[in-house]
Amino acid sequence: MSRTLSAPVTVSFDYTRSVGPVIGRFLTGLRDGRFVGARLSDGRVVVPPPEFDPVTHEATADFVDLPETGTVTSWTWVSEPVAGQPFDRPFAFALVTLDGADAPFLHAVDVASPDEISTGLKVRARWAAERTGAMTDLVFEPAPVEPVETPTEPVSTSSTNETPAEPVTGIVTPVSLDYTYAASPEESAFFRGLSEGRIVGQRCPKCEKVYVPPRPACPTDGVPTVEEIELSDTGTVTTFCIVNVPFLGQKIAPPYVSAYILLDGADIALQHLILDIPVDEIRMGLRVKAVWKPRDEWGTTIENISHFAPADEPDADFDTYKHHL
Amino acid sequence: MGKTPAAVIGVGQTHHRAKREDVSMAGLCREAMDRALEDAGLTLDEIDAIVVGKAPDLFEGVMMPELYLAEALGAAGKPLLRVHTAGSVGGSTAIVAASLVQSGVHKKVLTVAFEKQSESNAMWALSVPVPFVMPVHAGAGGYFAPHVRSYIRRSGAPTHIGAIVAAKDRTNALKNPYAHLREEKTVDMVLASQMLWDPIRYEETCPSSDGACALVIADEDVAKSSPNPAWIHGTVMRSEPTTAAERDQVNPQAGRDAAAALWKQAGITSPIDEIDAAEIYVPFSWFEPMWLENLGFAAEGDGWKLTEAGETAMGGRIPVNCSGGVLSSNPIGASGMLRFGEAALQVRGAAGEHQVDGARKALGHAYGGGSQFFAMWVVGADKPTN
Repeated sequence: MSRTLSAPVTVSFDYTRSVGPVIGRFLTGLRDGRFVGARLSDGRVVVPPPEFDPVTHEATADFVDLPETGTVTSWTWVSEPVAGQPFDRPFAFALVTLDGADAPFLHAVDVASPDEISTGLKVRARWAAERTGAMTDLVFEPAPVEPVETPTEPVSTSSTNETPAEPVTGIVTPVSLDYTYAASPEESAFFRGLSEGRIVGQRCPKCEKVYVPPRPACPTDGVPTVEEIELSDTGTVTTFCIVNVPFLGQKIAPPYVSAYILLDGADIALQHLILDIPVDEIRMGLRVKAVWKPRDEWGTTIENISHFAPADEPDADFDTYKHHL
Repeated sequence: MGKTPAAVIGVGQTHHRAKREDVSMAGLCREAMDRALEDAGLTLDEIDAIVVGKAPDLFEGVMMPELYLAEALGAAGKPLLRVHTAGSVGGSTAIVAASLVQSGVHKKVLTVAFEKQSESNAMWALSVPVPFVMPVHAGAGGYFAPHVRSYIRRSGAPTHIGAIVAAKDRTNALKNPYAHLREEKTVDMVLASQMLWDPIRYEETCPSSDGACALVIADEDVAKSSPNPAWIHGTVMRSEPTTAAERDQVNPQAGRDAAAALWKQAGITSPIDEIDAAEIYVPFSWFEPMWLENLGFAAEGDGWKLTEAGETAMGGRIPVNCSGGVLSSNPIGASGMLRFGEAALQVRGAAGEHQVDGARKALGHAYGGGSQFFAMWVVGADKPTN
């Protein structure tokens, strides 16, 4: 058995990014099937346009349209694409300098093998049928070797023959990160104790405070808290708040009472729910007892304790817990 | 070796709003920076180094945004630092920038702090569930509300004190053209608003804002040409563990220690008599009396009495948050720097309608994390003599 417990955590959010007037102009161009770059104060033409001129620091204002053809100036092969990349099959990422531009930009080139791409390869944009005003509105592909008399269909925008669509002012950037959360060995012992119905703390050898959950080191003295102390599942509410506000990702439906509970024998309160009492009767000093879930639902988690409920004892005297506020 | 004198010679901020969809993060920062540079009479090319601050990257979903921002902020070819100390970051970023001048390393440092809260949801970002742990967390309000309850119990404060603070700060914001919430509030209106995290009401809570603040900090030679430099009289940062047995979350030791060190550095023996205006980080109204005590403006348990007596209003003994404070504008990463910048505006006589008459010394204060990071400075109209 591993010393430490671990569990997967996924942190994900669709970020709503406002892009500002300059990048907005570039993205609006992509949506309409064309490249918008900028001429900078030093005469260079750059796409995407930087928001501010690197020399004068003024906001970029001199916009230019660029063709959809360019040259690979460097590249790398992606043999094992991962989620979120432009293709689910091997492809190239390349620095492509558009014809008429002085600096390259990074994009994907749709070729089947590294033999089909090289520095100097001429490429052209292949636009997506449905475009939103994002970098993913296109990929590059090798351009025909001979200039074609009548090139492929003229690029049509999604709003052809209609009133021009509103300029692009923002993009949605979905971000999702998968982590493996690892509890410390001391916390792991605490969670394993809970799976046996026990609450295990540890005492600091120096300040003699009992920590629950135990820590790898006492926050005050910096030494390991090795001596195990089994704690009561009865304690005192030191302070609390009533959560009335709903929010994204919330696990418990409001209103609920989030309380600091100082277990008998502990020197630090832990946070848990209070139930089985009207919310307006919950008070500082209330004595509470753990209500455990049915044993067959237990795991290595504090959620084995469903909540705390009134212990049917007189309230604790303020002096017994005021130094925990 | 002592510090060399340094002064704030430029202050700039954005118009703070719930959503600044007209600008990118870079554009938001530049709006504040360009105002600060104009105020200082300098160009970006004349700046020696740039120090950026913002709160957790999860708020915008851009890891290390300073990398992508470098060119737009004019940092190419210059030292660029990023500072992070949670909600106090705007304050600690200003202190890092000041220290680069005070140490004699640079002469002209520009610092900018920002948050674009509209790109995500801070409540979500601060409440990501941790495996094995009870998912009772509910954002910053859920974190601080129990400690506000503890303060009320320990001090015996009447329960409407928080509403007095909220009504004062929101009404002060009417005099600040940059503030996000600019609406007159009465104590009754605040008391009638919904309890979000009991005992914290909706109107006692900071908004979620997009915004930025920038400062130009210069050495003595450069500051000489400024008509109204705000001289830095003292800077202090302190931190402490988020949780520890018997940790005082109402009156944290790190804040007390920081304040004591700050007053000593600035040569101040009676803060309430010597500070003319204070910009204190008050994201939830009750933190005004709590920090008045923590900072030493009042004895422990007495902070609410200053608030109740109107002494923290404009015209009181210690005007607090004449700008409207965090309760009126909260671009989190910038909120601390706004406190520092507003303190500088006060001693420069440049605070406009919310100017405290004749302010000579002012406090800027910020805290962050679970009240575990503190950053504060004193600025003055006169060059420090110590």
